[in-house]
Amino acid sequence: MRKPVIEFERFTFQYRAQSEPTLHEIDLSIYEGEKVLIVGPSGSGKSTLAHCINGLAPHFYPGERSGGLKIMGEPADGWNIAELSDRIGTVMQDPDGQFVGLTVAEDIAFKLENDGVAHAEMVRRVEEAAAEVDFLDFLNASPQELSGGQKQKTTLAGGLVGGAPILLFDEPLASLDPHAGRSTVELIDRLHRESKRTIVIIEHRLEEMLHCPVDRVIVIDDGRIAADLPPEQLLCSDLLRAKGIREPLHLTALRYAGCEVTPEMRPRSVETIELEPGAGRLRSWYEANAAAPETAVREPLLELNGITFGYDPARPVLRDVSLSVGRGEILCIAGRNGAGKSTISRLICGFHKPIEGSIRLEGRDLLDDSIRERAQRIGFVMQNPNHMLSKPLLYDEAALGLLNRGVPAEEIRERVHETLRVCGLYPFRGWPVSALSYGQKKRATIASILVLRPDILILDEPTAGQDFRHYNEMMRFLLELNRGGMTLILITHDMHLMLEYGQRAIVLSEGRRIADAAPARILGDAALVEEAHLSETSLHLLARRAGISPEDEFVARFIRSEKELTS
Amino acid sequence: MAVKLLAYSDIASPVHRLNGVTKLLCFIIGSVTGMVIYDTRCLLALLAVSLTAFYLSKVPFKQYSFVLYLILIFSLLNQLAIFLFAPEQGTLIYGTRHELLHIAGHYSLTAEQLFYQFNVMLKYAVVVPLALLFLLTTDPSEFASSLNRIGVSYKIAYAISLTMRYIPDVQQEFVNISTAAQARGIDLSRKEKPGRRLKNAVSILFPLVLSTLERIEKVSAALELRGFGRGRRRTWYKTRPLTTTDAAVLTAAVLLSAAAFTVTFWDGSRFYNIFV
Repeated sequence: MRKPVIEFERFTFQYRAQSEPTLHEIDLSIYEGEKVLIVGPSGSGKSTLAHCINGLAPHFYPGERSGGLKIMGEPADGWNIAELSDRIGTVMQDPDGQFVGLTVAEDIAFKLENDGVAHAEMVRRVEEAAAEVDFLDFLNASPQELSGGQKQKTTLAGGLVGGAPILLFDEPLASLDPHAGRSTVELIDRLHRESKRTIVIIEHRLEEMLHCPVDRVIVIDDGRIAADLPPEQLLCSDLLRAKGIREPLHLTALRYAGCEVTPEMRPRSVETIELEPGAGRLRSWYEANAAAPETAVREPLLELNGITFGYDPARPVLRDVSLSVGRGEILCIAGRNGAGKSTISRLICGFHKPIEGSIRLEGRDLLDDSIRERAQRIGFVMQNPNHMLSKPLLYDEAALGLLNRGVPAEEIRERVHETLRVCGLYPFRGWPVSALSYGQKKRATIASILVLRPDILILDEPTAGQDFRHYNEMMRFLLELNRGGMTLILITHDMHLMLEYGQRAIVLSEGRRIADAAPARILGDAALVEEAHLSETSLHLLARRAGISPEDEFVARFIRSEKELTS
Repeated sequence: MAVKLLAYSDIASPVHRLNGVTKLLCFIIGSVTGMVIYDTRCLLALLAVSLTAFYLSKVPFKQYSFVLYLILIFSLLNQLAIFLFAPEQGTLIYGTRHELLHIAGHYSLTAEQLFYQFNVMLKYAVVVPLALLFLLTTDPSEFASSLNRIGVSYKIAYAISLTMRYIPDVQQEFVNISTAAQARGIDLSRKEKPGRRLKNAVSILFPLVLSTLERIEKVSAALELRGFGRGRRRTWYKTRPLTTTDAAVLTAAVLLSAAAFTVTFWDGSRFYNIFV
């Protein structure tokens, strides 16, 4: 008989600050040695479920619970967070914000230090944990020297080191580039296979997680369990689409081609799926769809020429980078963390001055323009809206930029109202900013920039941390702006976003521009993908497996028909 | 990237190699001594020691220049205030009065006052490098364990060390927020009127405070999830046993302090009088 290690029984949880329960009557058992994936849109309650398992709720985030929750066969009520942490090792998202040690070794050791483990044993166990995630060589590295994926390895080892039989991952992919995300998924899988640990993963990025097998996928929606199925069966149902979770792209493609997908075809991943009946259909779908038109040549609006820049001139962050953005274009800038993506946008906005090279807008050199003058033409939207919102009320927030420019009150009112209407925020104009949802806040920051009527909008990771529905909403909104004539520069490592919305992409690696082409072509180039820390999309692999060539043309046709179907 | 103010940097120097506990104790001994005594000879000797230690540490000037200027400005203000409120303190202490210059009313400059204020300045000069040195050359995690070793609760010790750990991050965040704000016309430079500047500073601090609170919440959740605060004691991964060098430095510090106290109080007063 399998032994349950986590048992929810008619479990309800309500945060103290909320008027409604976030979780309703959850019945769920997770068994020893299982690997379970919990998915759901934002606000569905999946994070709360994780917090209930590791004790953050109700001990850290106060609230009321009713019904039963047993961990390792014993009621969880009697345990505080520290005692629960002996049974459940939690790996949280954003390893950056929770690095407590000054070196990898110290950070891994943190749990042991708190448990009062003796020094010699501590050193031994830290080494064991580091070896388990294959990270022994980095024990003395400091967090600043590590990439996102390496930080993730450190937090993972920190979760392992206490010897807890259950590992809980709370959105492990959230802040990783596609390449690091893929390695993390493989690492979690190896940990599962090589030890008897039970693994619970909360994540909304289903396709990436299903790169490796899982035993069950649990879909949470509106605080209830909407499905509890093996992945193969879940993927063949309509549930995912109904609940606003993105299905793996290879399945969408097969659906377009009119193939029926059954659990027997092992549809979990594009690598495992049986393509015998589907390949032919895919090929005829490919033939039937018209070739994607060549992108029009556009009049250049913004041109960067031979830009070299470094905070320390001896070690430039950008080396001889040139690029141009056409009027009305959507350009993506991709590359791994530290490749110079953000630096480029900072140079364009005038936050720094390049050591060499020129930046021209409509042919005019911007060198002598101040930050403020450039902001009139070029808007910059930061990734985290909370970094930009500085007024308590939405209207004031949107009006701030105009107020600072001494625009007459009457005109301010008119322009703010108009912009809020465009952004779908007009009904909220009198609201406090803090009452808006994350997506609305993000829009509010865009509105506060749009109100200045720039020609170009630069957005840093516009969809980071948002689920599929919010991602779609945000991108549809940006697309509308673009149709209205706005030129967009999107800084991102989200490959889906690049593929679906980027008309062209620039790839940076170690401060150099290594590609400038259509996103589908870039993502089909194995060497480029490797260097830029992206990862091959399932569509490319699907095309290859179905014998369709060129692969990027297949991808382009897929994206085009998807756009036609959804708009 | 902005230069990290007052942040620890790993430099191979004899001062960096010393144990955190040693540096903390030296700092405490040195500053108590410097604060109590007014003996010019001893202060000069201490100053020489503290400057030598600073020189040996090879800490680049950029890392503390801002703080140093700030301290200089405040000590100048302090000097001015002493003179304004107690212009005759020197004559009171040294018991003589050599007037150099009459200024106005009952304000006149005396040699005794000058000498007294020179001594006050020397005290600062002794203590400030020691404090900076301790902050700049102590690995924050070792800092926490040092505090804990001399009896401070580990929770407080860790809170202090975490704050130090996140200072560079918050600085970076401030730069990001303020540049983005500048783009919207929120100007913090001198071009703006003072009233407006203050208002603008508030609009930048607002998001900074919010995001810092967010960060604190995240970090404290992470700490708790890893069992922080469960017991009254904890162990430390980074604890180094005291070496013979540490012992030697500590002994030297104690001897030096004892010598300074002896020399100073030999004649029963903590002042060194050059006027009799």
